[in-house]
Amino acid sequence: MTNSWTDIKNTDLVIIMGGNAAEAHPCGFKWVTEAKANRGAKLIVVDPRFTRSASVADLYAPIRQGTDIAFLLGVINHCIRNDKVQWDYVKAFTNASYIVKDGFAYKDGLFTGYNEAKRDYDKSTWDYVIGPDGYATVDDTLTNPRCVWNLLKEHVAVYTPEMVERICGTPKDKFLKVAEMIAECSSPTKAMTSMYALGWTQHSKGSQNIRAMAMLQLILGNIGIRGGGMNALRGHSNIQGLTDVGLMSNLLPGYLTLPNEKEIDLETYMSTRGFKPLRPNQMSYWQNYRKFFVSFQKAMWGAAATPENQFAYDWLPKLDVPGYDILRALELMTQGKMTGYLCQGFNPLLAAPNRKKVTDALSKLKYLVTMDPLDTETARFWENHGEFNDVDPSQIQTEVIQLPSTCFAEDEGSLTNSSRWLQWHWPGGTPPGEARTDNWIMAQIHVRLKELYRKEGGAFPDPIINLDWAYADAGEPTAEELAKEINGKALATVYDAADPTKVLAEAGKLLPGFAALRDDGSTSSGCWIYSGCFNENGNNMARRDTSDPDETGAYAKWAFSWPVNRRILYNRASADVNGKAWDPSRKLIEWDGAKWAGYDVPDIAPTAKPTDVGPFIMNPEGVSRLFTRGLMRDGPFPAHYEPFESPLDNLVAPKVRGNPAARVFKGDFEQFAETASKEFPYAATSYRLTEHFHYWTKHCRTNAVLQPEFFVEISEELAAEKGITKGGWVRVWSKRGSIQAKAVVTKRIKPLICDGKPVHVVGIPLHWGFTGAARKGFGPNSLTPFVGDANIETPEYKAFLVNIEPIAGPVA
Amino acid sequence: MNMELSRRQFLGAAGAGVAATALGALGFGDIEAAHAEAIRTFKLVNTTETRNTCPYCSVACGVIMYSKGDRTKGEQAEIIHIEGDTDHPTNRGTLCPKGAALLDFVKSDTRLKYPMIRKPGSDKFERVNWDDALDRIVRLMKDDRDANFVEKNKDGVTVNRWITTGFLAASATTNETAWETYKVVRSAGMLVFDNQARV
Ligand code: SF4
Repeated sequence: MTNSWTDIKNTDLVIIMGGNAAEAHPCGFKWVTEAKANRGAKLIVVDPRFTRSASVADLYAPIRQGTDIAFLLGVINHCIRNDKVQWDYVKAFTNASYIVKDGFAYKDGLFTGYNEAKRDYDKSTWDYVIGPDGYATVDDTLTNPRCVWNLLKEHVAVYTPEMVERICGTPKDKFLKVAEMIAECSSPTKAMTSMYALGWTQHSKGSQNIRAMAMLQLILGNIGIRGGGMNALRGHSNIQGLTDVGLMSNLLPGYLTLPNEKEIDLETYMSTRGFKPLRPNQMSYWQNYRKFFVSFQKAMWGAAATPENQFAYDWLPKLDVPGYDILRALELMTQGKMTGYLCQGFNPLLAAPNRKKVTDALSKLKYLVTMDPLDTETARFWENHGEFNDVDPSQIQTEVIQLPSTCFAEDEGSLTNSSRWLQWHWPGGTPPGEARTDNWIMAQIHVRLKELYRKEGGAFPDPIINLDWAYADAGEPTAEELAKEINGKALATVYDAADPTKVLAEAGKLLPGFAALRDDGSTSSGCWIYSGCFNENGNNMARRDTSDPDETGAYAKWAFSWPVNRRILYNRASADVNGKAWDPSRKLIEWDGAKWAGYDVPDIAPTAKPTDVGPFIMNPEGVSRLFTRGLMRDGPFPAHYEPFESPLDNLVAPKVRGNPAARVFKGDFEQFAETASKEFPYAATSYRLTEHFHYWTKHCRTNAVLQPEFFVEISEELAAEKGITKGGWVRVWSKRGSIQAKAVVTKRIKPLICDGKPVHVVGIPLHWGFTGAARKGFGPNSLTPFVGDANIETPEYKAFLVNIEPIAGPVA
Repeated sequence: MNMELSRRQFLGAAGAGVAATALGALGFGDIEAAHAEAIRTFKLVNTTETRNTCPYCSVACGVIMYSKGDRTKGEQAEIIHIEGDTDHPTNRGTLCPKGAALLDFVKSDTRLKYPMIRKPGSDKFERVNWDDALDRIVRLMKDDRDANFVEKNKDGVTVNRWITTGFLAASATTNETAWETYKVVRSAGMLVFDNQARV
């Protein structure tokens, strides 16, 4: 989230699209209710199902899953045509005025530079015209036809209300009502907040769904202000943290990136990470990249990372592909190219798409290790459970080791919630049996592996043997020790860069925050964006002061919010070009003539003059981007693409199938149903229920009682058409698998009319498996296609094709 | 936040657990004491209170766990009740149907208690002790790493990568565990590395 759960009370309009907070995030949704009750805020829900969020909405609009971009570009088109734009914000704080290179164009669903064989773009034209002064060329009058604003205007023109209705199945009058309500928030004194979750990410163009809303929010001037923002609700309790700390194939902690094999040394690596400002006076904060990177290397390898060995640059593995995400890993297993897999608190047998492929993949491993508090399906993927896991154990040669870990109640440390709050928690119970903490398990693996390398030697042991491991008990680092390492330490005394007589941190002390990081090896920090979380003031994540001056919803002394305890990102943009709040009732920080001050930690240098320095300090432009240059794989603007399995052709680009830049492995394409397939005529989607969390709560008696049994949800119309009765048994199948369930026949789903034809939606909740206290059942992944988002490989769980028929139920 | 003294804060002043420590910082210790005098002993007063957060969704509601026995004193501690933390700014004591049943997660019949091993082709798990399980794991890892580690690519560039064993990280472990995991996984040269952000 750019903002926080408690900030939602400040909004005027909530749009829930790509999520269902009332059921999936109930105690956070309370802040929507608060805004409605106390401010008269309105709630719009756009969803294929009439969800519980929809049931308390002021306006509900149905939409066909996988068409959100068409809808959102339709709203942008509406705002531009009706002059519902917060002009002062757009002109000063976005790249609307930047001139784009001549070669760049969009035609028939493709941007310039497409290579069909590679399913990738040459992005060289997706950029600004750079002037002789080395800066991007701009036209403040917005008259140049090649400026971002005019290109955008042209790009969205096709998404008329009529086109939105044809693609999305949203009746034109409903769409227009939504667009009008949203457009009102272009006023500097009105704010809209966007709440979204996996309903937007789990698409082959998930990242662009979010881009489209971010662009709309910028046009309305809603980023950086109280009650506004882009608020990713996020699925799991610490998935924000796991991503912040960089536990992904291509990441280093704090959104630094791992080198690829073309970056042969530190200087080559740094040469593309210089982040030279693209406009005069801009901060371009990533210019400090080397400080973050070197401090990370020092946190990894301590004294062994030296200027002479490029701070152990060669000890980081180098990528030969964009990333080894879970889909690529499973593909490699299927090809027999992997030996082992370790799963920590993750249940891929139910969580990864195309379950049959997952089972085949795991069956080809030599070894699988699981670490979990619960008995997961993944740990038992080799065990026969009849139709629920139809395998022959004697044919599976994988050695499986299942390790019992503690759960939250027996463990200490911090989790980062979707508000970016790092909250500390304490252990209260004794773990059952021989269950051990994850810290102990990971340390044991490292210490024992290191010991083997010391004794036997072997392949390049240096990075293992030299890993900085100075914990009081090498066999189990404490949460506090690790938190201090994340925060960072002064390895030598650190002086203020502006005033060398001033000491920022004495040698050996914890750093106050990331401003003290240095690139000469004199500081260490595991994750720069978390620096400040545990400093000489103590453990700031454990703070429990509930004071909130003027009740702004900031709670600045509760826990620690990254970065530097900032509660609202981009808060400089809450004030106009001169530093005065756009809306005095929403004041966050203001310029007092000498410095920035207010309710929040300024998201700008405290003395940066407002007329000189732009508010989006992480971007070399100093402004936000309506046009993203070459930063996304599938285009500098979002464009409508159908899901890979779709009931209709792409109406704006009939020749394009799916997202043209999404990666599809050989063999998987053949497993997609064709467009408008007669064999698989229905549009399926997956979702959560309020009584369950993922595949965990089926292990809990109360939740298993509340929702004991797997079901699928269909409309009364489809039920009538197929002769399916309420509570009757059905078989649902896709090109990849088949499941059986009871049918919930409901008014919550209605057929949509898309391009004149009815589209029936089949809803498939995701909480069942073959272990735990609930009845055995299936998950949507038995059916879903093996393809992910073009940018970050989130599997396309929300839009795929199935067929359905009534069947006789199992014999009781 | 409503600054009237909550029931939870009374409790803290009555000395019922960890909550007491945070209260002084709020600056109304004296009022606390006076009010606490007038309040009858709370039923859970003989339990140990510990602050935690709900491990499910990312709203991260504050919870209070009540246990028989106090871990901080080295005692065996059994959690007997979990409820919403009324002091928490986001949830203010409320919990949803998931969080309200957290005790059932802690005490689930399918909580794992012992390391287990399933041998190739076998149809059952067998108990194994921790030492043997961990030694077996690092043996499997090292044999694979030594056999398949790539020091240089075909152009002779140092790449130091290991892509035949992979690691899937969790979605609910702490940041501190995440950092430790990062160190262990990356130092081994692993590139097949992902978390549960997308599913
Ligand atoms: S109680 Fe419910 S809303 Fe709160 S964190 Fe847990 S799952 Fe989320």
